[in-house]
Amino acid sequence: MELLNQVTQFVISGLATGSIYALIGLSFAIIFNSTGIINFAQGEFVMLGGVLTIFSLNVLQLPLAAAIVVAVAVTTVIGILFERLAIRPLKNATPLALIIITIGMSILIRGVVMLLWGKDTQALPAFSGTDPITVAGATLLPQHLWIFGVTVMVIVGCRLFFNHTISGKAMRACSFNRRAANLVGISVGRMVLFSFVISAAVGSLAGVIIAPLTMTAYDVGVMLGLKGFCAAIMGGMGSGLGTVLGGLILGTLESLGAGLISSGYKDAIAFFILLLILFIRPQGLFKKGETERV
Amino acid sequence: MKKLVSTAFASLALFCMSTAALAAPPIKIGALFAVTGPASFLGEPERNTAQMVVDEINKAGGVKGRKLELITYDTGGDATKAVQLANKLVKNDQVVAIIGPSTTGDTMAVIPVVEKAQVPLISCSAGIKITEPVKKWVFKTAQNDTLAVARIYEQLKKEKKSKVAILTVSDSFGSSGREQLKALAKHFGIQIVSDDTYGPKDTDMTPQLTKIKSAKPDAIICWGTNPGPAVIARNAKQLGLAIPLYMSHGVSSKKFIELAGDAAEGIRLPSGKVLVADLLPKSDKQKGSLLAFIKDYQNHYRAEGDHFGGHAWDAMMLLKGAIERGGDTPAGIRNALEATRNFAGIGGVFSYSAKDHAGLTKDAFTLVEVRKKDWVLVK
Repeated sequence: MELLNQVTQFVISGLATGSIYALIGLSFAIIFNSTGIINFAQGEFVMLGGVLTIFSLNVLQLPLAAAIVVAVAVTTVIGILFERLAIRPLKNATPLALIIITIGMSILIRGVVMLLWGKDTQALPAFSGTDPITVAGATLLPQHLWIFGVTVMVIVGCRLFFNHTISGKAMRACSFNRRAANLVGISVGRMVLFSFVISAAVGSLAGVIIAPLTMTAYDVGVMLGLKGFCAAIMGGMGSGLGTVLGGLILGTLESLGAGLISSGYKDAIAFFILLLILFIRPQGLFKKGETERV
Repeated sequence: MKKLVSTAFASLALFCMSTAALAAPPIKIGALFAVTGPASFLGEPERNTAQMVVDEINKAGGVKGRKLELITYDTGGDATKAVQLANKLVKNDQVVAIIGPSTTGDTMAVIPVVEKAQVPLISCSAGIKITEPVKKWVFKTAQNDTLAVARIYEQLKKEKKSKVAILTVSDSFGSSGREQLKALAKHFGIQIVSDDTYGPKDTDMTPQLTKIKSAKPDAIICWGTNPGPAVIARNAKQLGLAIPLYMSHGVSSKKFIELAGDAAEGIRLPSGKVLVADLLPKSDKQKGSLLAFIKDYQNHYRAEGDHFGGHAWDAMMLLKGAIERGGDTPAGIRNALEATRNFAGIGGVFSYSAKDHAGLTKDAFTLVEVRKKDWVLVK
């Protein structure tokens, strides 16, 4: 019974962390699908979400809901500027060059935030109190429910957008074949910009909802970005649901690994599984192997 | 009359010239701090404090009439850079002594440089290996981790608690703490029933705490620097752990209480006395230094001085004393430093000797508890 309760706790903690990885992974996948690049500044969008909310709350004295809206909006604008100023002007750059630009961008954003708001870690108050809730012998916080709720909403929203709207379908068309999409009259450039907008918004939202639990500082984006990237890889860098499952599996494995085996090897366990997946199923856990048409 | 005036002028001119000639060049002191990078929470207050102390000394007329000049470089917490900058201080700037670096890693890397150049170094980092074994030119002001561990174990022994769970961060601070926690346990009759770690950037430690809960310890000791311990405090509250939680001196600042919020209530930690300076009895030897440091820091930077800044305060003051007694040569300063006895600073009462270049006893730490978002002394 004791062990069962423990395992329940590990799984619940893991799913909560995993939801965050899933959200970040999703925002990686969105940009990858429309541009073919991996945006390593993704973690910085997450960090901006948290830091800007705290700034709006404490300095601009906005109520919490307004502060969150401001933070997500500002991050989205930064995403747009990023695409317009650093990605679009390079017309014929290789994906590798673009990826290196995103790394440069992440360092720039981190540096600017450090200079503007300092190096201290800051905490955001919880959205609805800190009284623990007991579920099947395990405990979780109201904030965890917010995380689960927002994750589900974002996933459903993405699914509806990509499958049932013209813009969403156009973005998917770009991801399948840019040239063909261009030929049928889809503005690829606009779709790329769109992908940055959605990705920055989702990333910053993830940053906002975890800030009350994990606190935030100018450098939290690096590790979160890396874990989100793992989730996206596990899901095959594309299929929306695959990435989400990838994130949840990663979070749960980390938590079970830390609890049952050894906390020292927590990250090692997670990354070992990532490597295994890359060796055995390089196309991702939930993606059918692609058939190349000649 | 005319002659008198001209003599007066002549002597005045002569006097002016002579004082100009007498005003010797300033004494150059080097400083290496990790002002940026992951250890900036140490380096920034240290640099601020060192500069403040030098300004204050110069304002009061310098040391034996000579001004001090502080040459500060930022190591960024990078050992390679620390070595390059130490070489620069020794060769280009020709300093008579160096204070810092901020981290144990940087200090260990710099030691061969100062030993070879024969320039005294007063490190502001805590690692026990810096001064054990004793190196001729190396001193330090930050308290050994051993002293903090001893202070916690002593309290547990007093309360007849013998089973502890330890949860340490997987960086150099945490692994040094873990080593000392394990090494000293036997001496105090303490049994470690659970030994876990967490990553410096981890955001959820409920798995480790759930595991610890099932080991049923009498106390949990967590060794880390912000923000990890604040996350652990919150996680412990979430899980409803009713086990006393001890932290290390790595989080002994108001920032920890701010980050952990309500979850900080009842947490105990060993701390330098600077946190509770106003609560100390008048008989405490350090009280004068502590209050002076806090007041100066408040005036200069409009912020609360912490014990990290205190390490730099101690280093500068020890150096000032050594220059007063031993002159302005590296060798003279070193010998005078080694002869320092009963210097009541921020980190504790320092008594260096040929066998001890750390100079402190476990009285350097006092055990504090968080109550109503403030520190109180644990009796």
